[in-house]
Amino acid sequence: MTESRILPSGQTRIDSLEMRGITKRFPGVLANSKVDFDVKAGEVHALLGENGAGKSTLMKILYGLYHPDEGEVLIDGKPVSIDSPNDSIKLGIGMIHQHFMLVQTLTVAENVALGLPSSRGPLTDLDRVSKRILELADIYGLKIDPSAYIWQLSVGQQQRVEIIKALYRGAALLILDEPTAVLTPQEVKEFFIIMNQMVRDGHAIIFISHKLHEVVEISHRVSVLRDGHLMGTRPTSEITKQDLANWMVGREVGFAPDRGVVERGEVRLELENVTCGTDRGTPGLRGVSLEIAGGEILGVAGVSGNGQRELAETITGLRKVTGGKVLLEGQDVTNLPPAELTERNLSYIPEERMKDGMIKDFSVAENMVLREHQKTPYSRYGFLDLGAIARHSDALIAKFHVKTPSRETHAKNLSGGNIQKIVIARELFRNPRVLIAAQPTRGLDIGATEYVRQQIIEQRKAGVAVMLISEDLDEILALSDRIAVLYEGRVMDIVPRDQATPEKLGLLMAGVAQDLSCEPAK
Amino acid sequence: MIADFFTITVLVGILTSGIRLATPYLFAAIGETFSQRSGVLNLGVEGQMLLGAFAAFYVSYITGNLWLAVLVAIVVGALMGLIMAFVSVNLQAQQGISGIGFYLFGLGASDLLFQKLVGTVKIANSFSPVYIPVLSEIPGLGEIIFQQNVLVYVAFALVPVAWFVLNRTTLGLKIHAAGENPAAADSLGVSIAGVRYFTIILGGILSALAGASLSIAQSNVFQQGMTSGIGFIAVALVYFGGWRPWGVLGGALLFSMVNALQLWIQVKGVGIPSDIAVMMPYVLTILVLVASVSRVRGPSALTKPFEREN
Repeated sequence: MTESRILPSGQTRIDSLEMRGITKRFPGVLANSKVDFDVKAGEVHALLGENGAGKSTLMKILYGLYHPDEGEVLIDGKPVSIDSPNDSIKLGIGMIHQHFMLVQTLTVAENVALGLPSSRGPLTDLDRVSKRILELADIYGLKIDPSAYIWQLSVGQQQRVEIIKALYRGAALLILDEPTAVLTPQEVKEFFIIMNQMVRDGHAIIFISHKLHEVVEISHRVSVLRDGHLMGTRPTSEITKQDLANWMVGREVGFAPDRGVVERGEVRLELENVTCGTDRGTPGLRGVSLEIAGGEILGVAGVSGNGQRELAETITGLRKVTGGKVLLEGQDVTNLPPAELTERNLSYIPEERMKDGMIKDFSVAENMVLREHQKTPYSRYGFLDLGAIARHSDALIAKFHVKTPSRETHAKNLSGGNIQKIVIARELFRNPRVLIAAQPTRGLDIGATEYVRQQIIEQRKAGVAVMLISEDLDEILALSDRIAVLYEGRVMDIVPRDQATPEKLGLLMAGVAQDLSCEPAK
Repeated sequence: MIADFFTITVLVGILTSGIRLATPYLFAAIGETFSQRSGVLNLGVEGQMLLGAFAAFYVSYITGNLWLAVLVAIVVGALMGLIMAFVSVNLQAQQGISGIGFYLFGLGASDLLFQKLVGTVKIANSFSPVYIPVLSEIPGLGEIIFQQNVLVYVAFALVPVAWFVLNRTTLGLKIHAAGENPAAADSLGVSIAGVRYFTIILGGILSALAGASLSIAQSNVFQQGMTSGIGFIAVALVYFGGWRPWGVLGGALLFSMVNALQLWIQVKGVGIPSDIAVMMPYVLTILVLVASVSRVRGPSALTKPFEREN
């Protein structure tokens, strides 16, 4: 790494970047406490930690979005001050955010040019920008059409735009915030190839993730944050996944929950050629047929936005079915209102727990009875029975281990994991016949994730028909009996557990039909 | 009887006043287009117009200097925009509500100032038509387009200028990004506050000019509430025009032509009760809004104050 200090993009390398003693407090929270972190040219340094451990805060400080209360940043040994993204960009730092920072209604070139001075003064110089984009795309192997609108691009392509955007601004160091969260396994592979090449070329990369196997695969060193504290930094080759997990959580973690043996029962939920629209009026589901039996978990995999939300909402009566039928225990329940489905013991853990799963300005107790507050014993003659509600919620708080100061605490003041426990308590205590769980562990830390998965497995043991919609392939593979893959509103295939591999599912998620993948390579 | 009404003279008359009447709609709606494209709904246009109208009228009445009147209206509009920007950007107010507040403030303040400073109906200096050499000689067309007052020309010239700024400049790119995905623009070092301050102040200035065009060009007096809803219609026109200057122009012409038509109907007395005629532009507003619902998607971040998330 001593030969040239110039990167292929023409930018000077950052040989080393060091963050020393970074402390950041938010009201009531110590987000970072005296954290030391460094990265060198030619390495991937993984930053690992649970949600809320302070990874994003640390990186937003480096990128100039937050100001640290204490500590300093040094580049090649010299202290620098970073007060805004403008400063960090000038220093050669680029950040690729977990949620892409792209303007959907602008083109690739316009997104890249945004905020930069133009060679034509106040006028845009998109032709020049496009030319440079194509140059960079060529050097780094990132195929992209500069005149395409962002909304026309796949998630993987959008990520390439983000990388090009950073390179265009002369990024020598890249901060990647959970870059693989939205990708299919194949896209992850391609992405890792790009990362490896960039590192070989002399870029420095900070890779934020909570997926251990990816960290082990791609990084040279790994640092773990927990509750804002740096637990340590080690060469990746000297540490195992189990060690990392224990570091992250602070205790032993079980990876593969025990599913036990359960007899497959009668079919409880059946979809026959169901179609529906999306919020934008485009086709959402294009004829989905599947069935789930009691004691079975059907995993629904797919890249986000391929009809998962629409699937959950049509079954739970929240979205109008425009064609086909939904059968609950043999009875046609197509387009029945949610209240009617509640009567038939359908439970639902919605994808957006803060928006659809609860009312955040309601108390824990009120949220516990949202679904059945109008029924005895929670209300009588239209009046709420507060005593009954209090007893009921106290019982659920104890049974489902919800950590809350009291039942009167507003839901919004609880952590994501505890909020999800409230939803789970409300939905599961009534012994459902069918459970629809949409992204039930998204955004939860390892501990809460473990708990939620255990609860889902308990439901299976109790003979419930469970649909588990998740973008986390590991979760799908760990829990499901069969796996349906959604692509553009269709079920590509339903694969039994013992035949499902990440590769096979990945191909289906990318819309590649099964019979194609079986063809011998030419 | 209808045939009697639509003589060539009447038609030219309607079109001429239609073009003239489009002026305040254009000023106000183009200004509103800028602020909405950057993500800010300015419902206070009507109030800004009234203050602009009064300021221009008063300066013209006192000094007789029309350009000074325009300048003062611009300053008043910029000040109103500045306050509006502070309220929506820094204080992150609910834009729908604060806009109504600004309207009521403009309505009350302009009337109060008028009562205190002028008192009764007074006549001020006003812009007279400027005949464009040669072009104004063209039969029909010359009269319709090229014999208007200077503010009319400015208003129409604004349309291509606004289109150019929004679509061909780096500033336009920033405005678009601020209205669609402010977080993305912010991460690239674009100052969302800066962009929105600019568009809101520009909106204030153009609204004030819209008001001035009423009090010192289309007429030469100031009256309480003389804007009669033009500011609100301008907001509707932005939706109708799909947030694009040319679309806004189309909407503005549609309204002003209907307005001109109803004025002529009143003058000529075609047998349609004048109450019905006066209602026409407003009925049209409702119809147009119903028709344009969800035709084009507006800026995603419209009415959402921007704040870096934690």
